[in-house]
Amino acid sequence: MRLEVDGKAAFAATGSAPHVPGRRAAVFIHGAGMDHSVWVMPARHFARTGLNVLAVDLPGHGRSKGPGLDSIAAMAEWVVRAMDAAHLEAAAVVGHSMGSLVAYVLAAQHPDRCRALALLGASAPMPVTDALLDAARDNDHAAIDMANTWSHSPRAKLGACPNPGMWMLGGGERLLETAAPGVFHADLSACNGFDPEADAGPVRCPALVVVGEADQMTPARAGIRVSERLADAQVERLAGCGHAMLSEQPNTVLDALTAIVP
Amino acid sequence: MSEHKSPGTIGFDTLSLHAGQAPDPATGARATPIYQSASFVFPDSDFAAGLFNIERAGHVYSRLSNPTNGVLEERIAALDGGVGAIATASGQAAMHLAVATICSAGNHIVSSRSLYGGTHNLLEYTLPRFGIETTFVDPRDPAAFAAAIRPETRLVFGEILGNPGLEVLNVPAVAEVAHQRGLPLLVDATFATPYLCQPIRLGADLVMHSATKFLSGHGVVIGGLLVDGGAFDWESGPFPTINDPYVGFHDLVFGEEFGPAAFITRARKEGIRDFGACMAPMTAFQILQGLETLPLRMARHVSNAMCVAEFLASHPLVGSVSHPGLPDHPDHALARELLPKGAGAVFGFTVAGGREAGKTLIESLNLFSHLANVGDAKSLVIHPASTTHHRMDAKALQAAGIGEGLIRLSIGLEDADDLVADLSRALKRVGRMRSA
Repeated sequence: MRLEVDGKAAFAATGSAPHVPGRRAAVFIHGAGMDHSVWVMPARHFARTGLNVLAVDLPGHGRSKGPGLDSIAAMAEWVVRAMDAAHLEAAAVVGHSMGSLVAYVLAAQHPDRCRALALLGASAPMPVTDALLDAARDNDHAAIDMANTWSHSPRAKLGACPNPGMWMLGGGERLLETAAPGVFHADLSACNGFDPEADAGPVRCPALVVVGEADQMTPARAGIRVSERLADAQVERLAGCGHAMLSEQPNTVLDALTAIVP
Repeated sequence: MSEHKSPGTIGFDTLSLHAGQAPDPATGARATPIYQSASFVFPDSDFAAGLFNIERAGHVYSRLSNPTNGVLEERIAALDGGVGAIATASGQAAMHLAVATICSAGNHIVSSRSLYGGTHNLLEYTLPRFGIETTFVDPRDPAAFAAAIRPETRLVFGEILGNPGLEVLNVPAVAEVAHQRGLPLLVDATFATPYLCQPIRLGADLVMHSATKFLSGHGVVIGGLLVDGGAFDWESGPFPTINDPYVGFHDLVFGEEFGPAAFITRARKEGIRDFGACMAPMTAFQILQGLETLPLRMARHVSNAMCVAEFLASHPLVGSVSHPGLPDHPDHALARELLPKGAGAVFGFTVAGGREAGKTLIESLNLFSHLANVGDAKSLVIHPASTTHHRMDAKALQAAGIGEGLIRLSIGLEDADDLVADLSRALKRVGRMRSA
């Protein structure tokens, strides 16, 4: 779906189905340097089962024009305006990694637009190492290598992808390479600068926090601490799963989401 | 695209053994099981619908995907630096799958003219029946690739090591030509394998292999592999199979939904589904056995080949030896740059006395098997003009550098001294024939 947000062209996948007025909605927000394509499977599932799906490309990512935004709060406000452009009111809001922070802030700041919340690979705060920030600032490919390697569990570094024939490390690397110069650094800086006390606030809608027990980027314990900040949260633990949970365990993630998104 | 290696990245030899496979969760089997099953049971109706709608990961039917094949596909994608791969019934099927996923009637391909005879046949004679034409150009001249591109061109193609002339394709230069015109570059890397060269890291967009050859390595299977590099910008040109709604899948736009995996997903959801040239699981298993020793075997293939090439180059009855590892080969410097571990183990040479001398030589060899294949653990020999390339006319043979006296060798894993002794004895017989 092609949208115009803040006067700029933006894109959001709909799970290959047109929106139907009056249906419940689900909004998906990707992580740092990524785009809507990480959500292809849940987007297609919830579109087939009757939801209006909006898997956005944040500014500067995928098919949405840049530049990238420099704070989680700005991204959350942008997603709300994207929902406006798509004529979506309240939605189940689902975010992964950086996108989980965006979803968290959206739910806190716009409770009328978020009927349910799902946070995948979340940590609040979400500190980023200087080595990764510095490499991303310099548009050094080492930033992609670090993020991509650390995003996969030890098992996933050798593959065995549930999606036949797909090499997860290769897919992650290529996707991160598509981000325009500066965007990955802006994303990581936004994560690093996120302060849950100042930037978010109470969240009262039903929530699900999905943690990967082999997640090096946002360890499971960090996700559990996020769940403790939410008024009504369940935790789903993915055994052996790294940060790249949408490619490592897509079926388990979808099973978890079906409990809260519809 | 250069190689990047960060802490935690797995090395090539380790990937050759492990990529794509975890010990079988049901049985603990360490080797990849052969999932000899046509279909796979759905846990429930919604899961079944999800598999068909690409919202669930798993297997439906072994024409589309199979767990054994999936390990092989993932392993070759890892070794080649791609995002995914598809195993096919043969190398020719991989080539056809690549072409059919990109091109439609009215489209055009620019190809190196130094090709395996079967590929030349497909491009020159068969694809025109389906409205796809090819212009053949000198693989050593990137400008010739550029000059041959037309508005309807959709694909640029070449072999990393030409067959049988061993011209080295300047992948970075040809990729630049292709990309400047918004076209993908497909490279047949059969002779090199990812051990010697990873074309995707040099700028190629797609790679295909005849896995029958060095990848499996023992001459016991027929199979192919098609690897998607995942970096090509399909929106840069008119590629309706990627960019337009596909009525064969509820108007799915692969480029929009699948990002870097758009090409390989389209190839699986259309090409393998509809053309059906899939690999048998037993074949995938056998190729996986070969891949486990690929680094060890390729190193020996290459060192043996250099011993034999140097012997032939110094022999008075040998006219020329076409191996890029030899200093007098026109692509020697390029080979050192693009294939630093060696320029393969298949090469041609000419023997004084033309076709009759070649016939005598081939029939005098004992260790070398006279057959139509390359990349076996055992050494092989053939006369291309009368066999693998016999469908090419004299002009095309000349353009491809295939003379009447050319003999092609595929050097195996025997003791190099024994191979040299076999050739030496056969050349003595040629000498006696010529002096008789």
